[in-house]
Amino acid sequence: MTRPKAQMPRFARTTRGAIGLVIFAFVVGVALFGPLLAPHGYATPIGPPGAPPYGGAPLGTDYLGRDVLSRVLDGGLSVIWIGGAATLASYLVGLTIGLVAGYSRTIVDPILMRIVDVLLAFPALLLMLLFVGGLGAHVGVLILGVTLVQLPGIARVMRTATLEISTRGYVEAAVSRGERTSWVLTREIVPNIAPTLLADLGVRFSYSIILVASMNYLGLGLQPPAPDWGVMIAENRSFVSLNVWSVLAPAVMLGLLTIGVNLIADAYVRTSTQSSVRATRRRFIRQRVLRTTAAD
Amino acid sequence: MATTAPAEALLEAPADGWRHRYARHPVATFLLWRVAAGILTLLVVTMVIFAVLQIIPGNVTQIVLGRNATPDRIAAINASLHLNESVPTRYLSFLGGVVTGHFGDSSAALAQGQTLSVWHAIRTPLGNSLVLAGITTVLFIPLSLFFGMVAALRAGRPTDSILSLTALTLGAMPEFLIGTLLIVIFFAQLNLLPPVSLIPAGQTPLGNPKELVLPVLTLLGVSTAFGSRLLRASMIEVLGEDFVAMARLNGYRERRVVFRYALRNALAPSAQILAQQIQYLIGGIIVVESVFSYPGIGSKLVQAIQVRDTQMVTIIATIIAAIYILINILADLAVVLLVPKLRTRA
Repeated sequence: MTRPKAQMPRFARTTRGAIGLVIFAFVVGVALFGPLLAPHGYATPIGPPGAPPYGGAPLGTDYLGRDVLSRVLDGGLSVIWIGGAATLASYLVGLTIGLVAGYSRTIVDPILMRIVDVLLAFPALLLMLLFVGGLGAHVGVLILGVTLVQLPGIARVMRTATLEISTRGYVEAAVSRGERTSWVLTREIVPNIAPTLLADLGVRFSYSIILVASMNYLGLGLQPPAPDWGVMIAENRSFVSLNVWSVLAPAVMLGLLTIGVNLIADAYVRTSTQSSVRATRRRFIRQRVLRTTAAD
Repeated sequence: MATTAPAEALLEAPADGWRHRYARHPVATFLLWRVAAGILTLLVVTMVIFAVLQIIPGNVTQIVLGRNATPDRIAAINASLHLNESVPTRYLSFLGGVVTGHFGDSSAALAQGQTLSVWHAIRTPLGNSLVLAGITTVLFIPLSLFFGMVAALRAGRPTDSILSLTALTLGAMPEFLIGTLLIVIFFAQLNLLPPVSLIPAGQTPLGNPKELVLPVLTLLGVSTAFGSRLLRASMIEVLGEDFVAMARLNGYRERRVVFRYALRNALAPSAQILAQQIQYLIGGIIVVESVFSYPGIGSKLVQAIQVRDTQMVTIIATIIAAIYILINILADLAVVLLVPKLRTRA
């Protein structure tokens, strides 16, 4: 008997998934190891302001004469970790609300869901701006804001999934053999709603990144001289004609990050609904046959 | 006498038949409920806005005045912002002001010893933003329909792959990134279009079309990407339905099959999604206006937050939330009108 070969997950074997994975790995690699490789400090002026690329600075200098390359290498971690932390927090809170609301069958359910609905009544960015306006621009406020934006969607999906799973035989069996509610929730329900949970993880993560980057860009997130890609694009935009790389380099990195995450998410959803893709393809073949016969 | 009851009911009907016809029209009932729910939501939303901006931060005056704080100025501002009163009283007077159109004075101006009515400050920006949103919406719907339809009809072929990948790429990027890249291309490289949309005081953005191009393009990029992806999906779904096959077998021309049978049915589920995109535009506009320094309500909001102009932020947030809820209601109404099945259920 041969052991099954260790294989990459299914989404990584599609072209899109593989490209997305490579892009994502590259950007995360730059964000993680960039700070170690940066030739200059991110806040140290090394030359004239807005100088185009030259020997000492391969990407030129920014509007204060700081090395663009060093700042790009230093500036990736902030948006990834804040976006990641906020996504994690929104999943933890959203999952909890969804589980409690979906499983309780009491007045708790409608109360929780109406509270969630209030959050849905705000445009996403307005909610974030509101909290920054009231509480000031801090990392904690950013995470809180993104969590509140993401939470309603997650809580709703999780509630629906919990409602559906909690009527299954294995859940009722667990309840009737007297398992504690926490056991039922963590051992029976959570593992079974996990696929639903994972389906839009990628899209949500990329949206968190977009929100955090946008706040940083608007000057309502991380403050200069922080070497954040969003902050860099904002502070150099008026000097774009002096050294285009001071804007283009962080913009390309940020774009690659969100595109990579989206490609992975797209490939994951496509492969996890493989059967329905085949059905669509069958329909198309039928359709094409019909079209040719109809033309005769 | 149960058997005669229907006959009696029939006889009675003409007496107030008009009332049945109009007052109980399902769409009207639906709209009434939806508007009532919308007003209730808006009420809760104003409470949240008020709480986050004016109660949680604690000493609003201190924040507004910043380094200019002296005891007598604090007292003066406290009085003019009615901060000495209790929280419910303050909320009610704020609510009363919003309902009657008295939006109060800018806190930042008060801190500098001037008075600037909030309404006066936001009137023009509000109009400018509506122009931007209007142009984008008018262009975004046909563009999404076109690209979504082309991709769906060419599903699985190179045209579809190219369109889908472009949509995925554009949809993945933050708006400010697309805006910045457009500035790099059209200003820094080609020097064709201005990087900032400065509109002289007293002029409308419509009189300065060159200033509008890049903001509109940016908003269109993201929203068309989403719109066309969603329309493609629902179009593909409908194209596989039996009635489309039947229409083809009947020998109708492809154009008729696509427009009359497929598109009309694909549109209904997309209407809600298109409406979501218009709502999304509200968020997008805040960022895009800031990117291009477009004098709209979004950049005004960001500036007001930066200078901690509490009253201004409160009012702008309330207005944006109200517009958002209004669009929600209109979108639901459009869906009900588009899908005959839903009318009876309302």
